[in-house]
Amino acid sequence: MGRLFTYILIAVLVLGLGGCKFAPVKKKGAKGAQTEKQQQAEDKGASYGVSEGGALDIKALDDPNSPLSRRVLYFDLDSSQISPEDREIIAAHARFLSQHPDISVVLEGHADERGTREYNLALGERRAKTVEQLLTLQGVSQKQIQIISFGEERPVALDHNESAWRLNRRVEILYSGY
Amino acid sequence: MLKKLSSLIILSLMMFPAPSYAVLTIEITQGVEGAAPIAIVPFGWRGAGGSQPPEVMHRIVAADLQRSGFFKPLPDEDMIARPVEAAQVNFADWRALNVDHVVVGRMQELPDGTYQVQFQLLDVYKGTQLAGYSIRSRKPDLRRTAHQISDIVYQTITGKPGAFDTHIAYITVTHNRKQERIYRLAVADADGHNEQIVYESKKPLMSPSWSPDGKRLVYVSFTRGRPEIYIQNIFSREIRRVADFKGINSAPVFSPDGTQLALTLSKDGNPEIYLMDLRSKRLSRVTRSYAIDTEPAWMPDGKAIVFTSDRGGSPQLYRVKVNRKGAAGRVERLTFDGNYNARASVSPDGRYLAMVHREQGKFRIAVQDLKTGHFRILTESRLDESPSFAPNGSMIIYATEDNYRGVLAAVSVDGRAQQRLSLQSGDVREPAWSTFKSRK
Repeated sequence: MGRLFTYILIAVLVLGLGGCKFAPVKKKGAKGAQTEKQQQAEDKGASYGVSEGGALDIKALDDPNSPLSRRVLYFDLDSSQISPEDREIIAAHARFLSQHPDISVVLEGHADERGTREYNLALGERRAKTVEQLLTLQGVSQKQIQIISFGEERPVALDHNESAWRLNRRVEILYSGY
Repeated sequence: MLKKLSSLIILSLMMFPAPSYAVLTIEITQGVEGAAPIAIVPFGWRGAGGSQPPEVMHRIVAADLQRSGFFKPLPDEDMIARPVEAAQVNFADWRALNVDHVVVGRMQELPDGTYQVQFQLLDVYKGTQLAGYSIRSRKPDLRRTAHQISDIVYQTITGKPGAFDTHIAYITVTHNRKQERIYRLAVADADGHNEQIVYESKKPLMSPSWSPDGKRLVYVSFTRGRPEIYIQNIFSREIRRVADFKGINSAPVFSPDGTQLALTLSKDGNPEIYLMDLRSKRLSRVTRSYAIDTEPAWMPDGKAIVFTSDRGGSPQLYRVKVNRKGAAGRVERLTFDGNYNARASVSPDGRYLAMVHREQGKFRIAVQDLKTGHFRILTESRLDESPSFAPNGSMIIYATEDNYRGVLAAVSVDGRAQQRLSLQSGDVREPAWSTFKSRK
């Protein structure tokens, strides 16, 4: 928990001192439904306050130093187990999402090309569901989470070797409009 | 905003037959020792004013027979004579060339623009005719006529039906000028010719499977952003969405009587096998486990389903009896060789299972004899998948990798004959071989 707080502190300091405006990172295909709160945050320009209790501001989503900027989690072959490092990332997202119940995510599950396509479609979903479970256990509502699996159909790396395969065994956390 | 309907009929206006701009080319990659020598003599031709025949019939027949792995056609240049009918055949010539059988034929263009094709199959050692037919054919059907000749030759000599007059369906992936991926569902003759595009999308397509009457394909499409199941009539191009439940909708296969689908749905928590009655759309659940259960394949009597499950810790093949209400017996494990066996294809006689088998990190096609338990690995590559039996059970078509591209390959069930079918550019994958009734 200590390390998490440090991240939050750094994020807050950077945002407060820098005062720069981050352009939202648009993910292909995501629906951008802005709530009024998000609209206010953007309109205010340089004012990035921190609410009580050290809660994460919306802008933390765009901060490259925040754990929230890590949106891809990786897996071992045939496995849907989460690594200890990824658990921390998920915890950061869980904290953020539970404080912003109006924000939702899509968890996209993937597998590498080896093995059969349909089994890989199921494996991608299992990976996404494992992440979902960790999020809901930490206070995120199921209504905020949507799961899609692409199995092996949407690789990010196209080579036929382990360097590519490890990049494809992943779950992507997609925030609408961010 | 479209209301969510469980079935939606869409007339696909953009899907009229595209010209065959991507032909699959076939290469024999492994010849067969001990295959029966046969001579398919170039057909005689009588056409309008010294023209060339529209199709080189004897070559289509020779290629068919060679692909089956049972025959070794004599090269044209080794033929001493070129008879075009039985009366012209001097059997001594052919005995000298050590061929067991000879096929002679001729083709004639008729005044109405159709063609008369005649052929005779002769036994060289007995000096007798085994079969002889005369077939009238329109120009676009000439390749089909040649495949029918191959079927007759094959069946007369081996006693088993040929599978040359059949179709394959498959998925191709290419890139357009913007480097976007284009997915196409295509149907072609079993020798790779006459490719027709049935559906095209920028989103992934998966798992095509034939209806038993050969008129429809069921497949998975990500057209709306998630995996859903569609049935499409390949002649009318009419599309119907049949499964769009929450979660995964995938691995659809028609039952042998065509009235049901077996499919994988994860709507109840994790991927399970269900049956869907195509008329009522009613679902019956087959599996109940916390494991992944997917890739159903019907036994030919329609009374049991083989499927992939990792309930034992890693993917293996299991079988369960089914009736219209769902599971009708215990789940029985079928595979025990190695720790990854998946994606079963059942031979038409119900005796053999083709599957994807992993050994030392390499994915290969293997065949298991359900009667004896005998297990044999048929291929030697490392990324093989999607095996599909020919309707006569003699060959298995599957997807593999060659030079970093996805290609299709076919292997005879005894492993002896191998061919590769590849596109000029892009990947081919997920082949499905039709039944015998695949023609109108």
